[in-house]
Amino acid sequence: MNSTREALEYELDQQSFWKGLSAFDWLWAVVVLIGSGYAYASYATLMDGYEKGILLSTGVSLVALGWHWKEIRGLSLAVFVLSIFGISRYVNGLADADVDFFLRFLVSSQSAIMWMSALYVLATLTYFIAFFTRSEFSGKVASAMTWSATTMGLVGLMVRWRESYLIGLDVGHIPVSNLYEVFILFSIITALLYLFYERRYQTRMLGGFVLLVISAAVAFLLWYAFDRDAADIQPLVPALKSYWMKIHVPANFVGYGAFALAAMVATAYLIRVKAEQGDSNSIAMTLPTLDILDDLIYKSIALGFAFFTLATILGALWAAEAWGGYWSWDPKETWALIVWLNYAAWLHMRLTKGWRGKPMAIWAIVGLFVTLFAFLGVNMFLSGLHSYGEL
Amino acid sequence: MLREMREYRQNIQLNTLESYSNTHRWALTQSMADTQHVAQKIFSHHGYSARLKDGDNHRLISGMKGAGSRLGYILTHLAIVLICIGGLMDGNAILKAREMLGQIAPETRNIAASDVPEISRLGVNNQSFRGSVSIPEGRQTDVLFLNYKDGYLVQELPFSVEVKDFRIEHYDSGQPKSFESDLVIHDKRLGEPLEQTISVNHPLIYDGYSLYQASFSDGGSELELLAWPLVGAAKEAKKIEIKVGDELEMNLYNEPWILETSDFRLFNINPSEDPTKKFKNAGPSVQFKMRNKTGEAKEFLNYMVPVERDGALYYLSGVRGSPAEEFRYLYVPVDDAGRVDRFMKYLHGLADEELLQRVAAEQNFSGSSLPSNEAAQLNKAMVGLVSLFVENGMQAVIAQVEKNVPAEKREEVSKLYVRVLQKILGAVYVDVLAEEGVDVSLGVDEKKAEFFDAATAAIGAIGRYGSPIYFQLSGFVHHQASGLQIAKAPGKNLVYPGCAMLILGVFLMFYAPQQRLWAWLEQTDDGVTLVLAGNTIRNKLDFSKQYQQIQAQFDRVLTS
Repeated sequence: MNSTREALEYELDQQSFWKGLSAFDWLWAVVVLIGSGYAYASYATLMDGYEKGILLSTGVSLVALGWHWKEIRGLSLAVFVLSIFGISRYVNGLADADVDFFLRFLVSSQSAIMWMSALYVLATLTYFIAFFTRSEFSGKVASAMTWSATTMGLVGLMVRWRESYLIGLDVGHIPVSNLYEVFILFSIITALLYLFYERRYQTRMLGGFVLLVISAAVAFLLWYAFDRDAADIQPLVPALKSYWMKIHVPANFVGYGAFALAAMVATAYLIRVKAEQGDSNSIAMTLPTLDILDDLIYKSIALGFAFFTLATILGALWAAEAWGGYWSWDPKETWALIVWLNYAAWLHMRLTKGWRGKPMAIWAIVGLFVTLFAFLGVNMFLSGLHSYGEL
Repeated sequence: MLREMREYRQNIQLNTLESYSNTHRWALTQSMADTQHVAQKIFSHHGYSARLKDGDNHRLISGMKGAGSRLGYILTHLAIVLICIGGLMDGNAILKAREMLGQIAPETRNIAASDVPEISRLGVNNQSFRGSVSIPEGRQTDVLFLNYKDGYLVQELPFSVEVKDFRIEHYDSGQPKSFESDLVIHDKRLGEPLEQTISVNHPLIYDGYSLYQASFSDGGSELELLAWPLVGAAKEAKKIEIKVGDELEMNLYNEPWILETSDFRLFNINPSEDPTKKFKNAGPSVQFKMRNKTGEAKEFLNYMVPVERDGALYYLSGVRGSPAEEFRYLYVPVDDAGRVDRFMKYLHGLADEELLQRVAAEQNFSGSSLPSNEAAQLNKAMVGLVSLFVENGMQAVIAQVEKNVPAEKREEVSKLYVRVLQKILGAVYVDVLAEEGVDVSLGVDEKKAEFFDAATAAIGAIGRYGSPIYFQLSGFVHHQASGLQIAKAPGKNLVYPGCAMLILGVFLMFYAPQQRLWAWLEQTDDGVTLVLAGNTIRNKLDFSKQYQQIQAQFDRVLTS
């Protein structure tokens, strides 16, 4: 054994993935294992094979996610504790929401979602304050607010899920069944995608731009809840009573969230391009470099595209089971195809033709409007089989 | 391209490597063998598979990972081809081609399936279709209908489908929870009939055919209607029996009318005004049209059970001129016995000339000052006012005043007319109550007074009702029909694998990017020269970061 080879062994040993895990990483794995094990022990008799598989893979994914992205642990634990707390405050049924202090002001789904809404809007403002004053501290506060808002949003959905069962055992369902619920999902997913990249690229300067689209979603959500009473939990129509809904809808919203993120980063890209042509002391020069922004747009669109493909195919499989055909040229399907082709073209131009820069950024922004029409416009202006959550 | 996928690019030149942005050169004292060992170990540690090649004066280790990216590219594009072919097979391109060749033509007439000519029929050998059929409970069919252009085609099935029972289940709130049909498949090839219950999202797959619960409708419910004349002084209602979907020709007041029943509903779930309940069930309803001699028809929606409004009960009858309009409702007040009889007696009383004359005389509008012939004329005018009101409502009375009375006197005369009308109507109403056996010697109570107001308002609207008959739904035998969608889609055998390939391909393409590393070793007098280089097509930023780590590793191992 010579010294070079020893140095190599030492080096590779140090760099080994498993060696890199800290005691906290292992603690996290143990916590998730206990949680999943408890769920299995309590409810295995009620679960079929698929559900057991889902529980197992959820546990494994959560461990892996927590290892690669430490903040997810805190989020998961906070959501867990608050959700369990919220659920436990319901003793005498739904009427408790108006009586119990904690439910009324914190953890009933309505209250939690109000907290989420307020925190996202405040975070948007704070991110912009951080951007304009170049304040590190404000940026940190804004991040903390975004994490808190995301926590409250998830708690809202979890508690809402339980509340639906309190209405009636046959009414209970996962809260991804109407426009109100998916708007919450959209806000949460977009925020999480952004937070991932915030940590990855160590920059908070993009926060305001991305949170702007979330604030818009929140504004819509509030209008929809107050003006149209959309926050009420409705039983599912027979067509929606399917396992496919649980995976089709969230997959779709990973896609929508990623496309929204790409568009907002593209906006920042255009601002930075403008700044580079002019005053080099401009505030916009604190934005990440064009290379990073460009890469981020690409990554978001690639992620969005992959999940949108998955979601559309899941939708087709569901349609085959519910409507008797995997493709019916329903307006929603047609528009999903348009969105898909649009981003497929974007990716082709970038990957095979090597297109970069301003035109691609503009295209990413236009893409959001196409997506928005598929998401909202179809429900508003066209009728069809996807006519849940009318405006 | 597949070759390129596996290609390690072992013929690359040193100057190419050094032209990459990710490259580094070391002059080392280690032996060739040790350096090679380090390079190979580090490459494989990071998941690169490596090939070794000796050149004239150098040794090249070529590493590569993420061949999945290329595979993903191929899978994705192949998948799209498969999906398109499958989709084409399941689309109606073949039907269109056959139509162009004149082999088939859609049927546009509304005739029985068995009467549809051969040119509009598709045999059991048709491999791909999607059609629908409505089957009443207890009946069966061996054909279905394909919507095609502005008509339809009849598709024959190699078996027949019977609907034994159709059920709708409801949530506590009243909204539908599930639609289910108990199906029986009768097939000569089967030993005994196959029974299976289908529901939305739970189809039956049989012999390559998929049978879906798609809709439901009335399957010819038997209705019993009471026909109350709204014109004239007739006293009794006539009982009619009719099936939903049937027509009945009638001669009413010397004019031909056609009653066309179109739908019967057992439940009507409407939003509730009661804040503690979201929905209420308004009970059964019948929908029909009344077509007059000119062919014009108004559509009606009559409820069987009275509904409550402001504390009083009413039978609702909706009417509209076209399906695009909302129903406007006639509120027929319900009497103490829960029936329409008192309303109808009151209405008919207002058409009873004799009764009106008597009532007018009793009211003694003129006082005793007029001679009897003039008093009779005045009474006649007053009675005419009543007919005007019954036929066309209060507007007609006002129009009459505007036509015949000078402007300055209109207000005065209008008031007089209204007062007179009120008096006559009230007197007729009291007469109806007395006939019913109600003690009216001390006047009428508040509830009966409210009935009078509601009934009078309803009568004022009858002129615009659009039918000389009010049909009261008095009994029914409910028969439902289950709407099935039946499809055969052989293309899905290509589409589904295509979908799997597409998902796999897209994820591979983005998340297994192809990356290459090279270590170029040259023997020198006092050791080796090592040139490390890396390159990728996608995700260059991420790759650079990863390359920097690898380079640092080489550095730590070889130079410390």
